Amino acid sequence: MQTQMTPLYRRRKLLNRLVMAACIGATLIGFVFLFAILLTLVTKGLSAISPSIFIERTRMNGGGLGNAIWGTFMMTSLATILGTVLGVAAGTWLAEYGNKGLLPKVIRFINDILLSAPSIIIGLFIYAVVVVPMGGFSAWAGVLSLTVIIVPVVIRSTEDMLRLIPNSLREAAAALGAHRWWIIVRVCYSGARAGILTGILLGFARISGETAPLLFTSLNSNQWNFFNLDSEMANLPMTIYQNMTINAFIPDLVSLAWAGALILTAAILILNIAARYFSRQRT
Amino acid sequence: MATPQAIETGGGLGGLSEATRRRLQRKARIDVWFERVLFAFAFAVLLLLGAIIASLMASSWPALERYGLEFFTENRWAANVEVFGALPAIYGTLLTSFIAIVIAVPISFGIAIFLTERCPNVLRQPLSTLIELLAGIPSIIYGMWGMEVMAPLLRTWFPSVFPAGTGLATAGIILAVMIIPFITAVSRDVINTVPAVMRESAYGLGCTTWEVARKVILPSVKGGLVGGVVLGLGRALGETMAVTFVIGNNLFLNTTLTGQGTSIAALIANQFSESDGTQRSALLALGLILFLITFAVLAFARYLLRNSTGRHA
Repeated sequence: MQTQMTPLYRRRKLLNRLVMAACIGATLIGFVFLFAILLTLVTKGLSAISPSIFIERTRMNGGGLGNAIWGTFMMTSLATILGTVLGVAAGTWLAEYGNKGLLPKVIRFINDILLSAPSIIIGLFIYAVVVVPMGGFSAWAGVLSLTVIIVPVVIRSTEDMLRLIPNSLREAAAALGAHRWWIIVRVCYSGARAGILTGILLGFARISGETAPLLFTSLNSNQWNFFNLDSEMANLPMTIYQNMTINAFIPDLVSLAWAGALILTAAILILNIAARYFSRQRT
Repeated sequence: MATPQAIETGGGLGGLSEATRRRLQRKARIDVWFERVLFAFAFAVLLLLGAIIASLMASSWPALERYGLEFFTENRWAANVEVFGALPAIYGTLLTSFIAIVIAVPISFGIAIFLTERCPNVLRQPLSTLIELLAGIPSIIYGMWGMEVMAPLLRTWFPSVFPAGTGLATAGIILAVMIIPFITAVSRDVINTVPAVMRESAYGLGCTTWEVARKVILPSVKGGLVGGVVLGLGRALGETMAVTFVIGNNLFLNTTLTGQGTSIAALIANQFSESDGTQRSALLALGLILFLITFAVLAFARYLLRNSTGRHA
């Protein structure tokens, strides 16, 4: 074969080599950047992490992140619960009843737009419709803005997962005399449970790192706030943001921000891995 | 399936006892209400979008009414003298996103082609998983890294181009790093929808890997790839946290590539909490502009992606 190599063949082979080398180069560049980020995160974050960080509240001279971690956990959990109820219901309608007419198509399109809408816009929206009428920043406003962000995620995954359930299962249940709601609740949901749960976990991971929508809704605070949702509530992303900008002249607060960034990223990666694990359990 | 009417008139159920019939009627009523409630939730999505647009328009109206077209032509944003021009922010938003796309697209496509066509099988799954995990890192992390690591590096390495380290180009680079995992994941999914038999036939004709990718795979999923890129563009346009740290926050129009500037999202994030009156309304008007831009971009992406079944945000 080697002896038959024509110039054209040689040129094609060379071009192939060059492009493949470029692709490998691109892969290296991409991963170098991403590893550089993780490396910075781990080195700067680990040196600032100590057990007390999880217990103490944030103070102007340092302290810990306990109140912010609690606040983030509280607000994202509440938003996830609200978002699950709304999202599963709407997603079920789209999958089970939304097969004809224009309306389901429009709703699906709008949902796709909301899925990637800039989160700062959601923050402005909740500011205008919740914060202004209520007369102040509150954890409820933060919860609602996070809910608006997670709902489209849940709707999308619920609809996708219900569509994977074969129609023959629905028909078999109907032939046995089951009503439609019974079929959806007992047959479709039990088949799609793992997939829907995966979507909810991914949504939970996504909203726990959102900063922009909290800027004008829950704001931030230095104090412990366990269950008072009518006042401002501390949260990790905002604490990181403030410590890196307006409090950046205090070195202790900057290192606290890196510790928070590491905790937040680790939590989000763990949630993503858990979601992957659940989706693999799918039958 | 029996309809409620059929049950009420006892059609076909004449032989049933009164209690059974009542139970069936109740279940049929639940059936009707179940659908109505689900529909109400689905309809709420529609109302949500309407509410977002309506509330942004209502709250930005005072500023738009006061400044009119000047809002779009004024080249500075000076709150102290109540002069608000959207131009610097719009320019910054469009330029940083453009830089991000120019950098991120070749790299993402390169990674996607490597992962789908050339990657050793042992590495394929781990690298793909890694890319997807990295797409989930919150954007504020990218911003912090840009400010603490990349801006100082750029200042030391290219002092003549990046005198301050921060600026529009720096923000563009950070956005590129942020959307690379996203565009890669979408492109990989889209390329994976190409049936194996197409790839195999092209190889059977003697094509090289690049020729298979260039002449068979890329053309057959062009729409999906462009859709993924436009979705990435949508993210870059509306990104706040990755940009705010490194864009420089210069509120005067500076039509350079590397100079200090601002973007719509960064300007809102910086000024909103300390603003009131006209300034607040002007910031909300900026938000409305951003929403309309991203709406158009995302609608275009969805149009291109309508045939592929990517599950990415």
